[in-house]
Amino acid sequence: MDIFLQQIINGLVLGSIYALVALGYTMVYGILGLINFAHGDVVMVGALVALSIFQPLSASGVPVPLVLLLALGASMTICIALGVSIERVAYRPLRRAPRLAPLITAIGVSILIQYTAAMIWGKQYISLPPLLKTTQLELGGAHFTDLQAVIFLLACAVMGGLYWFVTRTRMGAAMRATEQNPDVAGLMGININFIIALTFVVGSGLAAVAGLMVVLYYGIGHYYMGFILGLKAFTAAVLGGIGNVTGAMLGGLLLGVIESLASGYIGDLTGGVFGSNYRDVFAFLVLVLVLIFRPSGLMGQPSAERA
Amino acid sequence: MLGFRKASPVVPILLYVAIAALLLLLPFVVESVLGRTWVRIIDVALLFVMLALGLNIVVGYAGLLDLGYVAFFAVGAYLYALLASPQLGIHWPFFLLLPMGAALACVFGVLLGAPTLRLRGDYLAIVTLGFGEIIRVFLNNLNRPINITNGPQGITLIDPIQVGGVSLSQTHTIAGITFAPVHSYYYVFLACALLSIFISLRLEDSRIGRAWIAIREDEIAAKSTGIHTRNVKLLAFAMGASFGGISGGLFAAFQGFVSPESFALLDSIMILCMVVLGGMGHVPGVVLGAILLTALPEALRYVGPLQQAWLGRILIDPSDLRMLLFGLALVLMMLFRPAGLWPSGVRKREFAE
Repeated sequence: MDIFLQQIINGLVLGSIYALVALGYTMVYGILGLINFAHGDVVMVGALVALSIFQPLSASGVPVPLVLLLALGASMTICIALGVSIERVAYRPLRRAPRLAPLITAIGVSILIQYTAAMIWGKQYISLPPLLKTTQLELGGAHFTDLQAVIFLLACAVMGGLYWFVTRTRMGAAMRATEQNPDVAGLMGININFIIALTFVVGSGLAAVAGLMVVLYYGIGHYYMGFILGLKAFTAAVLGGIGNVTGAMLGGLLLGVIESLASGYIGDLTGGVFGSNYRDVFAFLVLVLVLIFRPSGLMGQPSAERA
Repeated sequence: MLGFRKASPVVPILLYVAIAALLLLLPFVVESVLGRTWVRIIDVALLFVMLALGLNIVVGYAGLLDLGYVAFFAVGAYLYALLASPQLGIHWPFFLLLPMGAALACVFGVLLGAPTLRLRGDYLAIVTLGFGEIIRVFLNNLNRPINITNGPQGITLIDPIQVGGVSLSQTHTIAGITFAPVHSYYYVFLACALLSIFISLRLEDSRIGRAWIAIREDEIAAKSTGIHTRNVKLLAFAMGASFGGISGGLFAAFQGFVSPESFALLDSIMILCMVVLGGMGHVPGVVLGAILLTALPEALRYVGPLQQAWLGRILIDPSDLRMLLFGLALVLMMLFRPAGLWPSGVRKREFAE
């Protein structure tokens, strides 16, 4: 039973990171109807920028909270700049083009970011220097670190903030209006280009936070890490109902828990035939199952192809 | 030369004879000028022509984005490798295995396409992207508890293509001409590539081909004219996959070795680049794209020493540079020349709207 609880806790922590990334996918999809393939790579850039801040400062005697703030600031700035430029250069000119065109540029941008990162940071794994001292906490027989707790709580706080922003502010209302119908929203005096750029700002900012968390959680970064993370986060977004902000949060947490439980138990269930090296398969399996049985996701509205 | 444009039967026939002679002599000409390595590169280029034509059916004709196309290539290659090597101790002939590879790839295509193709097109992109990665997870890990795929080491000693007891992996001398394996495979691949071109061209003009193009241009309009869009899309997807399966089998026989390494996402992207760069939905363009992009890495090989000479160190690894160029090409092509380098008339009009 404590193993079960342990896996749930691990899954929730992991899932909160997925949820942050999934929000970026779901918001862009909601407004542009486009899978932003480059989003996972924005997370990767955030993670590697944070690592570049940690590397020189970890042993320099600068207080740890300040280092963390600096890293967050740097990776947010760079991710937001990156996200907005991607939108401006690669997606905006193609807003009225046939559907296939922006999808192809999206994958092109993703490749470009990956290999530019490989050029800047190299292809080896970059590890986090010893920075934080974690203490073990215990809850009902399951162990976790205070770092895990902070990641989870911080992610929840950020998501709460986003929820408030989208549902309670004027700008959030403008965002929802643009999502429903960009042309009509434009007629109502909403600056569509600004709102779309804002969506990318918010998504990329969340990506930076997620990148920092991944680095702190796994202690490692790599130019290719955005790919599988992006795939899982997208799955989370689909699971929750793509385009739906609350759904992405729920989907992220749920996917984290599913993955954690599945990779924890698959060895025992299959008598050791399949081990936890298949853990990346579960997200994909979830994606396909959701698409078969409930394509609109847990919280999404059934949507038809827009004419 | 007035008769060139008129329906004079002599000139086109002469032209075809000249092209045929050129294609037949090509490996020997290339070998004497550039060396045997380039004959091998041409062989690989022909394989990529087949792959690109297969993906062209999915992306170019039906307008569905498949980002894991190499997975079908892997399915064909591994099927051939498993059933024609000492790995499982089975040695079946190629004329059985190639159609089996095509059929199996087809089945995978349908399994993937069925849940996603009734939804909006972009789901297919992400599902195929995932499938491309997942298949590698399986290939890498299916070496225990029972060793099926031999994991990351891959499968070696795969049987070459044998015709009536004559193995293509040996050097033969016929009528005083020496045929090295690369030469023999050239003719096999050439035949297959030409067949693929023929099938692609015939499909394009067929009832199905026109249904695909209708779906690509406007799915709702296509549906309302009575096209069963899901089934027709599924057909495009399965047919594209079967091209991949056959090429995979040929690849395994040609290399004599397969490993999960050969089937990475980057290879899917490269094939996509060939289709996009050449001209989606236009067979000559796609063939051109495949040949250009197979030759490109060979040309980039000189970039490493150049950097060493100019900058004193290697700033960009040539294989990374290749990927950067692919990424850039995808973005720039879509922004400035979405119909490709050598576009078809229909496609040009569509993007110009």
